[in-house]
Amino acid sequence: MSVRLSALIVAALTSAAAAQEDTAPLGDTDRGADLWRLCAGCHQVGEGAKNRVGPQLNGVFGRKAAAVEDFTRYSEGIQRAGNDGLVWSFRTLDAYLENPKALVSGTNMGFRGLKDPQDRADVIAYLRIYSDNPQNIPESAPTAVPREVELAPEILAIVGDPAYGEYLSSECQTCHQRDGDNDGIPAINNWPEEDFVIAMHAYKEKIRPHPVMQMMASRLTDEEIAALAAYFGGLD
Amino acid sequence: MKLNRRTFLGAATAASATLAAPMVKAQATPRVVVVGGGTGGATAARYLAKDSNGEIDVTLIEPTRTYYTCYFSNLYIGGFRELNSLAHSYGNLAAEYGINVVHDWAVGIDRDAKTVSLAGGGAVPYDRLVLSPGIDFVEGAIPGWDVKAQNAMPHAYKAGSQTELLKRQIEAMPEGGRFAMIAPPNPYRCPPGPYERISMVAHKLKSENPTAKILLIDPKAKFSKQALFEEGWNRHYAGMIERVGPDFGGANVSVNPATMEVDIDGTVEKVDVCNVIPAQKAGRICDMAGITEGNWAPVSGHTMQSRVDENIHVLGDATNQGDMPKSGFSANSQAKVASMAIRGALTGSRVFPAKFSNTCWSLIDTNDGVKVGATYEATDEKIAKVDGFISQTGEDAALRKATFEESVGWYAGITSDMFG
Ligand SMILES: Cc1cc2nc3c(=O)[nH]c(=O)nc-3n(C[C@H](O)[C@H](O)[C@H](O)COP(=O)(O)OP(=O)(O)OC[C@H]3O[C@@H](n4cnc5c(N)ncnc54)[C@H](O)[C@@H]3O)c2cc1C
Ligand code: HEC
Ligand code: HEC
Repeated sequence: MSVRLSALIVAALTSAAAAQEDTAPLGDTDRGADLWRLCAGCHQVGEGAKNRVGPQLNGVFGRKAAAVEDFTRYSEGIQRAGNDGLVWSFRTLDAYLENPKALVSGTNMGFRGLKDPQDRADVIAYLRIYSDNPQNIPESAPTAVPREVELAPEILAIVGDPAYGEYLSSECQTCHQRDGDNDGIPAINNWPEEDFVIAMHAYKEKIRPHPVMQMMASRLTDEEIAALAAYFGGLD
Repeated sequence: MKLNRRTFLGAATAASATLAAPMVKAQATPRVVVVGGGTGGATAARYLAKDSNGEIDVTLIEPTRTYYTCYFSNLYIGGFRELNSLAHSYGNLAAEYGINVVHDWAVGIDRDAKTVSLAGGGAVPYDRLVLSPGIDFVEGAIPGWDVKAQNAMPHAYKAGSQTELLKRQIEAMPEGGRFAMIAPPNPYRCPPGPYERISMVAHKLKSENPTAKILLIDPKAKFSKQALFEEGWNRHYAGMIERVGPDFGGANVSVNPATMEVDIDGTVEKVDVCNVIPAQKAGRICDMAGITEGNWAPVSGHTMQSRVDENIHVLGDATNQGDMPKSGFSANSQAKVASMAIRGALTGSRVFPAKFSNTCWSLIDTNDGVKVGATYEATDEKIAKVDGFISQTGEDAALRKATFEESVGWYAGITSDMFG
């Protein structure tokens, strides 16, 4: 399997616990203000900000996803994530801005993602100015960024075993229909393998909300996730 | 690979073509007989046929032509589902998967000859036997009640006509009448089932007969998702439901179906509907096969093989396996482990470590769904719980609605996983 996993997302995923003690400043707000032009076509932030293509982003930290009351065009995907308990923090914003659809399937934020971790940190630092909690005081959790962790190269190199994936998938197909129908639980066939791997790690590390999926993913090893990604990636 | 009739036949032909030379004679195709076409049995038969691509000859023995799922049968009582939406037939398993479906009762098992005898006569030979017969009731569990009384006092714990009857009786209750349920002692099929049913009966009565009362007589001090149900009952059905636990005689009950009386520890109550859910045991065929210890059939979690006879795998409610609840989800999960183990033993296909999981959803009122779930692994002694979760009290309405919608998705998922 060719996994072009971003080192940072996995770093953020695997270092969640360490993040508490081992922290660095959030990012550069000046650079963030400059990068904001990438968002400004769709979003407003600051005094008098209004909803545009996307919701206004004042006070986004600590808020449930899809919770700006007078924004009426949220996708079903982000509403589901919000109902499941997705709350915007440094970690969840970082994952969303890197690859919106890997964190929130079906989101209609038409933005390809910011691949550079520093860019994301800077934009998030900029957004942080417009949230209630002041920056860099101990009570306000999302002001610090986990320091980059060396990612085990094995994870990136894992080749999924589709035969093992097929056996493991039988457990998933009690809920996720094999033929791709969605009657209340999303279909998971034919995803790009790397998105699948990221989504599963995000459940495993409890960045994606949802108790059932967090439990299912938490006992899967890296090899098993790769095997499942290989198997489901080949189903149409 | 997508499995439809064409590709299945194609694959089977391809397999037999490559295997034709080394095989001594055609009868050498190993035979698996599955008794019981419910959740465990249908899943096992489908997975065996689907994954062995014709290398195993699969026979499914099931007396009824239509399987009504017990899951969502409470929702039918509450008015959230039609009965026919719970009905499933075996046509697909025969046509799409090449399973030999025999509509008959298994009435005996000869473990030395390795044959299953049928009520209609004849015997079916097996190399491996899968038993997934569900439950039967312990005789004399509730004095005064036996299966002959099931029309006066239905159990509705096997779905179909019993469920329909119970619903009709509720509809015929006089204004302000009384519904009673006698809940079973542990262990039994679907731990939250009786309490979801109480919720659904309350939901129905609240709109059709709001002064009616519900009496829940329970031999257990505690029950599944208790805090969630009690919170929901207070919120939606305040003053309607009275529960009599063992501290007030809930474990000392007898009934008189002729007079519709229930005797709770010496106090006689007259009721209009009485839903008796007696203590349970493995489906009778397990006893006939001589593989039970006490009320259930002990199995190894690694393969779901009977601890008494390694040519027999037992699934679902009939088993004594360890920590998994007796649920459809569990039976489905166990069936996949068993079918992998059987294929490994009979055809040499790869075998992986057993993994199991379960999630049980319950509906308390419209769009108020809750769930409990866990994952499990096989140890040498039992199937042991690894991790779990449960819905919390005080969750917001959006989450409860999402939980209910998810259960609808699960129903579609598991039934297509069973019947194709
Ligand atoms: C009210 C209620 C609600 C429930 N809700 C849920 C839920 O929400 N989620 C969940 O996961 N589970 C639920 N369950 C539990 C679930 O229905 C059972 O755990 C599940 O059906 C067990 O599967 P099984 O294969 O062991 O038995 P069954 O599904 O009962 O299948 C047994 C089959 O064997 C056949 N059979 C029996 N004896 C013989 C014989 N001698 N020869 C041939 N065939 C035979 C029977 O006809 C039957 O078709 C609920 C149960 C009830 C009663
Ligand atoms: C092409 C338009 C577009 C661009 C560009 C865009 N967004 Fe979005 N954004 C949206 C839309 C639309 C939504 C609502 C998503 C949904 O409904 O799934 C959204 C949602 C969000 C949310 C979640 C809001 C909530 O209430 O839950 C955040 C946070 C966000 N965007 C941040 C950003 C940032 C930061 C950038 C720039 C790096 C950006 N977006 C660029 C359109 C855009
Ligand atoms: C008990 C039912 C259940 C089982 C079993 C289950 N899932 Fe899920 N899964 C869900 C639900 C419900 C969701 C939607 C969760 C959400 O809202 O984030 C989901 C979401 C997902 C998603 C994200 C889909 C999306 O569109 O956002 C992936 C990927 C996934 N599951 C993979 C798996 C895999 C792989 C397995 C087996 C190892 C599995 N699931 C087993 C219920 C289940």
